Amino acid sequence: MESVLGRYRNLIILVGVLFLQVLGLAVQVKRGPSAGEGTRLIRVWAVGAITPFERSLIWVENGGSTLWHNYFYLRGVRAENRELKAQIEQMRLEQVRLSEDAAQARRLQSLLAFKEQYIQKTVAAQVIGSSGSDLSRIIYIDKGEHDGLKRDMAVITANGIVGKVLLVYPSVAQVLLISDQSSGVGAILEKSRLQGVLRGTPNGEVVLERVMSDETVPQGETVLTSGGDQIFPKGLPVGTVTHVGNGKDLFLNIKVKPAADLSKLEEVLVLVEKQERQAVADDSAREKAADILAQRLPGVPDKPADAAAATPGAESAPAADKTAPNTKVAGNPAVAGPKATGDSAATSAPLKSATPKPATPQSKPAPATASKPAAKSPAMPPPTAPQPSGDDANPH
Amino acid sequence: MPITYTSGEQVEVYRFSIPVTVGVPLLALFVQVFVPLRFPKFAVYFDLPLLVTIFFAMARRNPISGLLTGGVIGLAQDMLGHNPIGLYGISKTIVGYGASSLGAKLDVENVGARFLVTLGFYLVHAAVYFTVARGLVSLNLNWSWSRGVFAGLANAALGVVLYFFLDKFKQRT
Repeated sequence: MESVLGRYRNLIILVGVLFLQVLGLAVQVKRGPSAGEGTRLIRVWAVGAITPFERSLIWVENGGSTLWHNYFYLRGVRAENRELKAQIEQMRLEQVRLSEDAAQARRLQSLLAFKEQYIQKTVAAQVIGSSGSDLSRIIYIDKGEHDGLKRDMAVITANGIVGKVLLVYPSVAQVLLISDQSSGVGAILEKSRLQGVLRGTPNGEVVLERVMSDETVPQGETVLTSGGDQIFPKGLPVGTVTHVGNGKDLFLNIKVKPAADLSKLEEVLVLVEKQERQAVADDSAREKAADILAQRLPGVPDKPADAAAATPGAESAPAADKTAPNTKVAGNPAVAGPKATGDSAATSAPLKSATPKPATPQSKPAPATASKPAAKSPAMPPPTAPQPSGDDANPH
Repeated sequence: MPITYTSGEQVEVYRFSIPVTVGVPLLALFVQVFVPLRFPKFAVYFDLPLLVTIFFAMARRNPISGLLTGGVIGLAQDMLGHNPIGLYGISKTIVGYGASSLGAKLDVENVGARFLVTLGFYLVHAAVYFTVARGLVSLNLNWSWSRGVFAGLANAALGVVLYFFLDKFKQRT
């Protein structure tokens, strides 16, 4: 007997070690999803041994990168600045349009007593590590329990959703990416409003499941969160449809390209607080796109100074008006000054300052609600609307 | 000078200092989880902890120490992921046992042998992982020969270079 044990000692030990590991696996499988919490204590050792090095390396990397980009490599910054200013102009116009749409949506939602989820508080976190395996698509972030993180909190970037918090350690958290096969996100197609479940595949792709094959889903359609999973608030960008084919069991096989680049994540936001409240319509006056456009368009050509002086009532117009480049079109002081409009407004200012402003008996500071009539008018400044308010005299 | 003959009595057995025994696997794990942040494909094709397991097992030529080294490194790798703990542990335990048993019988000091052994054990590792993950844990995995062989070749090439540097830490018993 002893000779048999001695002869097969290595093999017996191998079988014993394997048996113990299989037993451990079986226990974890039996416990199901809650096994993650059960093995938390064991996992924290490995995480605790590795993450300090990752943090240090990320810190050094960021320090070097900041030093290079902020102090040494400033080539082309002026040109970029000009481009960005132009972009801001465009975005402001777009923002006005969108805020109008949003206000309309809020009014409708309040009529229907809808409840909305708002992102109340986020925590920014740095990605410091991964699982190191393509069979476990997770990342580690440098925020944990001490920063208020909890299990199942949504993790996003400015571009789109990333995943959810899976395990939380004191100063580190494990985030399950949406490309992992064990993840699931409630999603909705933006235009067709078809709902499905977003899942990862073994090879790291993201697919939208549970959309019936008799539906039509065009390529390029945007996918948003539906809010049905109670983790991600509704309406966050998920990605775009890249391929639609026939799947199994009467469902479509829809491949989705995530909006956030999951392979190059550096910083993420964790939604630590959401609030659900009833939509409230905000009826306060808003700036219209036409108002902003009107400020940028050239006005009526200059009149000679003497002609302006000869105009009845011209002397009642404040002298400051001649130097006030951006006469308010619709009485919205928030956008009237050149400070708010940037370079392009400044360049168009001389044209407007010379616009004749005949004083009329109705000339008075325009009320805040005057934006509505102005929006209906063509996108040109009305030449007969003087704005003798103090605000106008001082462009700043 | 290491003896590279295939006789069990004549092969050289090496040992390693404690800092190397602990530090090299830790460093391998660290690189494995950090590099994919900058090069995402690294995690798809390379498995540094596996290469370290094979190296230590082949150098020590002791099946028990090989399987324990593989088991510990594999379990540590499992702890860094979110799948049940034991998938990598079982795979690397078997690889550690196999590599040390092979190292005790064959010449594994030259580049060609190391390349082939690493390629072979990569495939064994992938097959065991696949079997356990599907059979025990019901993970939805797809087996791909092309990907397996390509990743095996990549690991073998990296392994040959890595073993060359790790050879410097060997101490004769």
